[in-house]
Amino acid sequence: MEDDRKRTRRDFLKSIGALGGAAAFGGILTRKSFADEKAPIKIGFIVPLTGPYGTEARDQEAGATLAVEEFNTKGGVLGRRIELFVRDDKLNPAESARRAQELLEKEKVHMIAGSIGAHTQLAMNEQCKRAKTIFMSTSASNEITMAKDVSPYTFSEATNLYIITQAVGEWAFKNLGKKWFILAADYGFGWQTTEGFRAIGKKMGYVEAGLINHPTGTTDYTAYFPKIIAAQPEVLLLCNFGKDQLNSVKQVHEFGLKKKMKVVCPLLVITARHEAGDEPFEDIHGGATFYWEMADTIPTAKAFVNGYRKRWGRPPTDMAGYGYSGVKGLLSAVQRAGDVDTKKVILKLEGHTYDHYKGKQWMRAWDHRSMQDIVVLGSKTAKERTGEWDVFKVVEVQKANDKQERSPDVLGLKEGVPLSRML
Amino acid sequence: MKKNGFDFGKIMSWLAANPIPLIVVVLVIVPFISPYKALATQMVILGLLALGYNILYGYTGLLSFGHAAYFGLGAYATGIILIRTNCSLLTAIGAGVFVAFVGACLIGFLCLRRRGIYFALLTLAFAQMLYFTANMWESLTGGEAGLRNIPHPPLAIPGLFSVDVYAPTRFYFFVLAFAVIALILLNRILESPFGRVLQGIRENENRAKALGYNTNRIKWLSFVLSGIFSGLAGSLYTLHIGFVGIDELYWEMSGKILMMILLGGPGTFFGPFVGAGIFLYLEDIISGYTRYWMIVLGPIFVLSVLFFPQGVWGTVRLFLERLRKTPLEEG
Amino acid sequence: MLGIPFNILVFQVFTGLVLGTIFILLAIGLSLIFGLLTVVNFAHGAFYMWGAYAALLCIGCFGNFWIGLIVVPVALGIAGMVVEYALIRRVYGLNPDYPLLLTFGLSLIMIELVRMLFGTTGYPFNVPALLKGSINFFNLFSFPAYRIFVIAVTAAVIASLWLFLEKSNIGLIIRGGTRDSEMVKALGIDISRIWLLVFGIGTGLAGLAGILAAPMRGVYPEMGIAMLVECFVVTVVGGMGSLKGAVVSGLLLGQVVSLSCLFAPAMSNIVIFIAMAFVLLVRPSGLFGVSGLLE
Repeated sequence: MEDDRKRTRRDFLKSIGALGGAAAFGGILTRKSFADEKAPIKIGFIVPLTGPYGTEARDQEAGATLAVEEFNTKGGVLGRRIELFVRDDKLNPAESARRAQELLEKEKVHMIAGSIGAHTQLAMNEQCKRAKTIFMSTSASNEITMAKDVSPYTFSEATNLYIITQAVGEWAFKNLGKKWFILAADYGFGWQTTEGFRAIGKKMGYVEAGLINHPTGTTDYTAYFPKIIAAQPEVLLLCNFGKDQLNSVKQVHEFGLKKKMKVVCPLLVITARHEAGDEPFEDIHGGATFYWEMADTIPTAKAFVNGYRKRWGRPPTDMAGYGYSGVKGLLSAVQRAGDVDTKKVILKLEGHTYDHYKGKQWMRAWDHRSMQDIVVLGSKTAKERTGEWDVFKVVEVQKANDKQERSPDVLGLKEGVPLSRML
Repeated sequence: MKKNGFDFGKIMSWLAANPIPLIVVVLVIVPFISPYKALATQMVILGLLALGYNILYGYTGLLSFGHAAYFGLGAYATGIILIRTNCSLLTAIGAGVFVAFVGACLIGFLCLRRRGIYFALLTLAFAQMLYFTANMWESLTGGEAGLRNIPHPPLAIPGLFSVDVYAPTRFYFFVLAFAVIALILLNRILESPFGRVLQGIRENENRAKALGYNTNRIKWLSFVLSGIFSGLAGSLYTLHIGFVGIDELYWEMSGKILMMILLGGPGTFFGPFVGAGIFLYLEDIISGYTRYWMIVLGPIFVLSVLFFPQGVWGTVRLFLERLRKTPLEEG
Repeated sequence: MLGIPFNILVFQVFTGLVLGTIFILLAIGLSLIFGLLTVVNFAHGAFYMWGAYAALLCIGCFGNFWIGLIVVPVALGIAGMVVEYALIRRVYGLNPDYPLLLTFGLSLIMIELVRMLFGTTGYPFNVPALLKGSINFFNLFSFPAYRIFVIAVTAAVIASLWLFLEKSNIGLIIRGGTRDSEMVKALGIDISRIWLLVFGIGTGLAGLAGILAAPMRGVYPEMGIAMLVECFVVTVVGGMGSLKGAVVSGLLLGQVVSLSCLFAPAMSNIVIFIAMAFVLLVRPSGLFGVSGLLE
């Protein structure tokens, strides 16, 4: 009895040993050609994969993955493979903070990029600040480059709502009319776009026909229409986003408001456009940071769109561009720094001029904001469209300039003083 | 039942009578077997929240759908006082607990004018009011964007010592200290005559009334107590995350707490922690495989309501009871 | 009056009317289910959402909105009956909280299923071709034809339900059960069949609300969540278990929300919860409900 048991135990150990040896041997054979001894470079990427912006989040993930793969096929960065750790924050800032904690503590990432949503990125940024790790924001936030939130570790690949509204507002004033009515969601997005439109409007000499703040999540905007119609504006600025934008655009169309006034949305996205359909968005204009038709005129856009299309089977959206360029920026900085050391990378990120996918961009050293062109888009009618993704047309490109952002006083920073000085 | 010199039965009954040392031992080990310490910390904090809620639901039998409110009050109060004054860590936590206490006193008084479903809906109404107020009062709470840049002072008594408690392991034990104190306090309370009456009310309120107890007053006390623990959890959460968002006040949060308690075991002492642990670990693990983790948790929850309303810990206790063939003390 | 032109005010009232219709359809269902089964159906919003998605499927299969208008409520009614029979029935009499918890868990599953099958972003839903365009009201204002249609359908549904409850035998039993289920049981009537029917009617109405709302609000997984809480308010104010109450308070709430949009938009969210708390504290049976239900 005892012998039998000893035998089976020995057999068991033997087979384990054999398996282990085989695994090790096989591992040696299949090892990648690079990064044998060196540890990979780890980048955390936190986006709201579940929730209302799931599609946009997946676009961001796709863009980031493309950037990582581009570097890895060329042998990685500094001979090290790049690993992207994607996490879902469910559009909840507390969850973003928890995911950041997990990535920092468990996966020991070297830097973190993401998100969608102003509040979630601020929460992530907070954790990265505590852990003295670089955070690269990939979506618009007015606050992230202001004194309260920004830090030497904080960077924003994305532009912000203020800048977008300067570009869109200027175009709208020149092309659509100067009597504006603002219907804005009663939270950050609405307030900030209102603030931006008012600033550019004042500069150009607009007339405010009225302002209504609606609670975000409103499903029925028809209650506001009587007041809007009575004010007789030339332009209706729909300062909202996501479901709010979708519902208000649909109902504006339903009630025939577009016969009486022109409609402008500060930020136009393909998802909402698809969801609403051709007619509701007809004759509506708005801003975006990227549209894939820019491939016709910009070489890097063409390369990006082709690469993305080949990899994912669809053209990239603006969110995909953010994800791509944000991660690419981080990796390129590591490459140029020759090291993954945080301080060295920060110094290489600051003040860098680049062209990843949409033309010239530069990362300002004193507020860590990437300045970039804004496009004004119009919606294509069903007749004008040639395909599923052919939904917008580029009406104008507003070239980036430093004047579009708020003044250093407003930001609470000193122009010309790199944030890295605070390290 | 003796086995190899160990009196199994005696050990079990001692553990049953004094659950706390065992719990403490388990909780001390947890961070080291957890995938990362921050997760273990969340488990203790949310366990504390569930513990608070359990006083009301598991022990007194009152279903509240608005407990996120006290969690939120504690979280916001701590955050706001840290930002606006230069107070110490302990003062900030105290402030959070105090505000939650006041909130529970007021709201509890109003809600308890009604019973059953109306009580539940009243708690929901007040929690939603708080949610929308926090949303609107942007200058105080940061509104939708949330409260950020919360300073994190060290744990200090001026002149005596100052300890930075924010490294993951340290913070876990910092939070654990509060949890243990809370557990001991709660144990005392539940073992006391007051605790007995609470459970009596859960079983049959009319009978308790007939016996001469002022059930309304006692329910209110239970509500307030529950609010205090929830507020404490909120304060610790703020310190842990460094941020307060309004989502924590929305009714879905109250639903989450409910699920934790049901999974763990309502009306048991340790159940809430078990429930919080299961919920968080499941979320962490499943999210690694699929983004649709609710499709796993949802049916588990429904099944537990249908077949295991005593929850995991409750079922374990029942099993142990059957093993010993005698009922266990509350544990 | 009040510095607002008259036609704008009338327009506002009309928009409030439409707002009210969806509330009414949902509140009737919630109210009946609570009145007879004393179950707070936390999955009601999810059934509403399923109704909208079912409408999408109908359009996909049959290419026709009108068929959907019949099929969707029936399908959702059947789904509701299945849920009542298989799940909710098991937890009657155990603990009044269990049905609530059960339906809460169910709603989470229903939402997640939709996310998995249809994606997390929504779908467009167009107004049926026949109803596009607007109707001009005495040159005061133009109102979209579809919304007039929704008001008409809701009115028709309320009327038929009223007839059913007042005039038919089953309706009598339902009304009796709402007042005193013990009595009805004592009369030898198989109350469980009635429960099945009422739950089905409730969810069927929710489905109808879903398909009617789809062209106005769009179709997405979370559409029922905020709606549910608002419908609780309507049901509570009107009185659990009362058809009249659901209708009156639905109309009332529609007007309150609509008018507050005109005068003080930011407050519109809080106002409804203050109203709910007020009613619960002062007169929990609501405007027309039966007092003492589940006290």
